[in-house]
Amino acid sequence: MKYALLIYSPASAEEYATGYRRQAGASTWTDYTQAAKDAGVLLGAEQLTHTDTATSVRFRGEDQLITDGPFMETKEHLLGFYLIDVPDLDTALDWARQMPVRDGQTVEVRAAMTGMPWQRVLG
Amino acid sequence: MAAGAGLGDLEHAFREEWGAVVATLARRLGDLQAAEDAVAEAFAAAAAAWPKSGVPPNPGGWLTVTAWRKAVDAHRAHRAAATDPHVLSDVTAAEEADVSQVPQSLGDDRLGLIFACCHPALALEVRVAMTLRYVAGLMTREIAAAFLVPEPTLAQRLVRAKRKIREAGIRFEVPAPERLTERLASVRTVVYLVFNEGFASAGGAGLIRGDLCEEAIWLGRLLHRLLPADAETAGLLALMLLHHSRAAARTDEVGKPVPLAEQDRSRWDTALAAEGTRVLDEALTRRSPGPYQLQAAIAALHAAAPSVDDTDWPQIALLYGSLARVDPSPVVTVNRAVAVGMADGPLAGLAVLEPVLASGALEGYAPLHAAHASLLEKAGYPERARGAWSRAAQTSAVPALRDELIRRHENS
Repeated sequence: MKYALLIYSPASAEEYATGYRRQAGASTWTDYTQAAKDAGVLLGAEQLTHTDTATSVRFRGEDQLITDGPFMETKEHLLGFYLIDVPDLDTALDWARQMPVRDGQTVEVRAAMTGMPWQRVLG
Repeated sequence: MAAGAGLGDLEHAFREEWGAVVATLARRLGDLQAAEDAVAEAFAAAAAAWPKSGVPPNPGGWLTVTAWRKAVDAHRAHRAAATDPHVLSDVTAAEEADVSQVPQSLGDDRLGLIFACCHPALALEVRVAMTLRYVAGLMTREIAAAFLVPEPTLAQRLVRAKRKIREAGIRFEVPAPERLTERLASVRTVVYLVFNEGFASAGGAGLIRGDLCEEAIWLGRLLHRLLPADAETAGLLALMLLHHSRAAARTDEVGKPVPLAEQDRSRWDTALAAEGTRVLDEALTRRSPGPYQLQAAIAALHAAAPSVDDTDWPQIALLYGSLARVDPSPVVTVNRAVAVGMADGPLAGLAVLEPVLASGALEGYAPLHAAHASLLEKAGYPERARGAWSRAAQTSAVPALRDELIRRHENS
C-alpha cells in the first residue's frame, strides 16, 4: 500500500524558516531519506515552501478566484511529505516514527486509495 | 448441547463460535464488514438447515466454509455489478478454488482480530466498542447501553472504525515481535478498561455493572488461553478474577457501596479468588513482573485475609512501593499511604500522603480525601478529619458513594 507521511509544524513563519534551515542542513534527513531509499520503500518526497507563499484557486460557482495565501490559515503548516510503499499501517507508522522531526511537530499518516479508475492512467 | 448448561454458557458458546468465524473471515478478506455480512448469512443458513439435517459434526468448520462461500458469492455479485471490472479483483481465482480448504479458526485468527480492534490508530473508546462487538460478540445495542451512548452514535463509530481498518491498512495479524510488547499493552488496557467500567462506574446508575466485568474476564480468559506464556496477560486475568470475587460484598442490599473493611467476607467468591490466585502464582514463576501482577498480588493478599486487621499490610505496603516504581502515579501513592497507615500506624501513612496533598495533583479525587480523613481520624485529629470527609463527599462522582461519605462526615 502507498502511504503519504505528511509532516506538520506548529512553527510561526520565522521559526519555520530557521527551523527549516536547521533541518535542511542536518544530516539526519539525508540519512532518513537514504534509509528509505535503500529499503526500497521510497516513492517520492518533497519539502514545500512556506504557506505564506501559497496561492489558492477558489471555485465559487462559475468563478475561479485566485487568492494570496493558503486554503486555511492554521497554526500548523504542512512542511512537506514522503510517499512510501509498504505492506501495512504498522510498517508505515514505523517509518513515521523514525523521522528526525523536531519536538512539537506531527507526522500524519494517510493511506492512498487503490483501484480508482483514474489511477490506470499512471500505469 | 449438554444438559444443564446455563443460558449464559450457551450464549457464550454461540458468541465464541461467531467470534471465531468472524476472525477467520476478517483475516482472509482483510475486511471486517464483509466478514460480518458473510457470517450473518452463514448463521441464517445454519438456522434454516440444521433443524432438518441436524447439527454437523464440526459446526465451526461448516459455518466457516459456508461464510467463505457467501463472501465469494457477494464478491462476484459486486464485481459483476461494478461498472469498472478492474476495480474489484482482490479475491483471486486461487483463493476461490480454496473454498473447501478454509481451515477452522486458529488461535492466530482470534488474536489477529483482537490486535486489529485494539490498534492504537483507533481512539480508545472505539477500541473498547470494537473489542466488545467483534471479540466478545456483544450486540451494538448492549454496548451502547453499557456506555450510555445513543445506539446510532455507537453504530456509526463501529462503521467508521471498520472502514478505517480496511482503508488505512490495519492488518488482522499478530504484530511482529518488535511491536508485540507495545500492542499487547494496548489490548490489556482495553480489557481492563472494560472491567473498570463495570466495576465502579461514575456515570452508571448502579455501582456495579457486573455484566461488563464478566465480559472483561471472558476476554481476559481468551487472551490468556491464546498467549499462555505472557506473564502480564495472566496477571491481568488474575487481577480481574480477584477483584470480581468481592463483587457480591461490595454493595449492600440497597446498592450502597461497602468499604473493604466492612465487607461481609463470607460473601466473597472463594472459587473465583482461588482461580485468580492460581493464575497469579503461575504467572509469577515466569519472573517477569509488571503492574498487573503486582496489583493482583495485592488483591490476592486481601482475598486471603480473614479480616482487615489480619491482613498482611506490611507486604501490601511493599507491593505498592514496587508498583509505584514500575508505574508511578499519585493514585498508587494514595493506596500505599493507606497500606503504610495500617502497617506502621496512621502518622506513617500521613507522611506518605503528604506530597500528594501538597502537589494538589488529585484535588478532585474523592479516594484521596477519604484516605486522608481516615488516617487523620485514626491519628486523633477529629476536626481535621471532618474537613477531609467533607472534601471527599464534595469530590465524589458516584451518588451512592457520596451519600456514604456525607454520613461519615456527619458521624465523625
